[in-house]
Amino acid sequence: MATDTAVQGTAPTPRTRERVRPRISRSSRRHSPGKPRRSVLLTVLTAIVVLYSLVPLAWLVINACKTQPKLLDSFGLWFSGKFALWDNIRETFTYNDHIFVRWLLNTLLYVILGAGGATFLAVLGGYGLAKFDFRGRRAVFAVVIGAVAVPGAALAVPTFLMFSKMGLTNTPWAVIIPSLISPFGLYLMWVFAAEAIPDELLEAARVDGSGELRTFFRISLPLLAPGIVTVLLFTMVATWNNYFLPLIMIKDPNWYPLTIGLNSWNAQASTVGGQPVFNLVITGSLLTIVPLIAAFLMLQRYWQSGLAAGSVKE
Amino acid sequence: MAVLSPPSAAGRPATGRRRSDGGRVGRRRLAGWGFVAPFLVVFALVFLAPIAYSIYLSLYRDQLIGGNHFVGLDNYTQALKDHEFWSGLGRVGLFLIVQVPIMLGIALLVALALDSGRLYGRNFFRISIFLPYAVPAVVATLMWGFMYGKRFGLVASINQHLHTSIPDPLSPSWVLASIGNIVTWEFVGYNMLIFYAALRVVPESLYEAAEIDGAGQWRVIRSIKIPAIRGALVIATIFSVIGSFQLFNEPSILKSLAPNAITTYFTPNLYTYSLSFSGQQHNYAATVAIVMGLVTMVVAYLVQLRGMRKEA
Repeated sequence: MATDTAVQGTAPTPRTRERVRPRISRSSRRHSPGKPRRSVLLTVLTAIVVLYSLVPLAWLVINACKTQPKLLDSFGLWFSGKFALWDNIRETFTYNDHIFVRWLLNTLLYVILGAGGATFLAVLGGYGLAKFDFRGRRAVFAVVIGAVAVPGAALAVPTFLMFSKMGLTNTPWAVIIPSLISPFGLYLMWVFAAEAIPDELLEAARVDGSGELRTFFRISLPLLAPGIVTVLLFTMVATWNNYFLPLIMIKDPNWYPLTIGLNSWNAQASTVGGQPVFNLVITGSLLTIVPLIAAFLMLQRYWQSGLAAGSVKE
Repeated sequence: MAVLSPPSAAGRPATGRRRSDGGRVGRRRLAGWGFVAPFLVVFALVFLAPIAYSIYLSLYRDQLIGGNHFVGLDNYTQALKDHEFWSGLGRVGLFLIVQVPIMLGIALLVALALDSGRLYGRNFFRISIFLPYAVPAVVATLMWGFMYGKRFGLVASINQHLHTSIPDPLSPSWVLASIGNIVTWEFVGYNMLIFYAALRVVPESLYEAAEIDGAGQWRVIRSIKIPAIRGALVIATIFSVIGSFQLFNEPSILKSLAPNAITTYFTPNLYTYSLSFSGQQHNYAATVAIVMGLVTMVVAYLVQLRGMRKEA
């Protein structure tokens, strides 16, 4: 993975352990801990897990290159027949009056407003909780963390009924508003802000007469960048992959996100008189995962250091 | 403990210095609330209000004769006697006991292998195992469902070519295991990354001390690494418990491929969904959801307690 190694070289992550270790131990004690003597056996064992992770993705790529008849009668893990990827992609985009494009745009709308909003609220809230001492702070923390344990379905039904009374169901708002809250994001930002912003810096800004909002945007926000990218990526995954919420909230196919749309294409084969479009389901699935995988690969440096700082706090 | 206490660095801002200037402290408190308020307002709308509303719903019943009226805890007694609810709960319980340890075990082993520095191509391994996390549950389920399926499935091809007799993964007796496999595939990498991130920040001095004491690899893993990432282990377990009890997407999507194996009450969440959207029994659905929420919180709390006790 070229991007990976290139990025790691410049990353400010705490990965200097191997380099710092004294070299003398290398020859003296064979099984001493932390001495990175490469092991083929361990590599092979871990490679099994890698295979398990990648084979389904390979299956998806291979089968997105097949025509529908070949899908049904050729071996799943190898190419067969003519190379139909471009045809499949074209058909996916144009099928049923470009509905896939509409779903893609809907998903983008939900992700930008939902995940963007969720990140914004989590950053503001986490910063406020970490850097200001005010009464009720602990109560806020307890309530929000307690909320993590509440199952989504316990909320989904009453949220649906509430929203339908407010006339919000079957509109984008029904998907966007519940996506705006990420308790885990708030927790991550809280921990991250507590670590990344020295109190002295804020104190100095105050002495200089800088207002709190100005201090936040000018001084704190840049320091929070890795944490923000981490929260943004994870809320993006959550909204991009959201299934349950749009499933109950949206009935109009014109407002479907990709996940619901793909499932409706798949269900089409089992309905009476429905035309099976498995090649489109598979190609559409591939097109759905490419943007997220690309985002994760390109932003590795940020989210990995953000996660390291956030998820492990004792 | 990691989940239930506010981060320590945030605990003690330098209050002593500020106390001399009362007006500024007051303004600063207000500013603190100002930063937190937007989150709290939306939180109240999408978390607290629905919870309050579903408690309200669970105490009422809407009938053709008599309309909407207060029934006290009748819905709850009905839920406790409901075989479909219990069968769903039993199924996710079984899922939890089998799938979560397997998934977290693999994740931990991979994280330890990566952290040992003894792998060739570590970065490639780490990112490839994590990738399935970025795949939506819908796509993951469709993909695995196709591979499981008879029509153009891998299992069928393998049986045909190798003359093996792997049972149909979508048959009623195997479908839960097949779902377990999908969920494991989706989340192994995510959990691995949490463990790995925790392992990376173990202080180097601990390893040096162990080296001086002549501790072997396994001893270091057992006595240093595992205790050091206990917080991460507890968090990952709690999230997996919550995830198992909420199981919905995978069975709901597989249902179109295996209609006979997956019932409308396969998991409690699926049951709630069909109660309220096919059956229009909103009050009872809200009750089942609340009971499930309570069960989840109790189990998550027990995990938390156990995690803390070990630490002592």
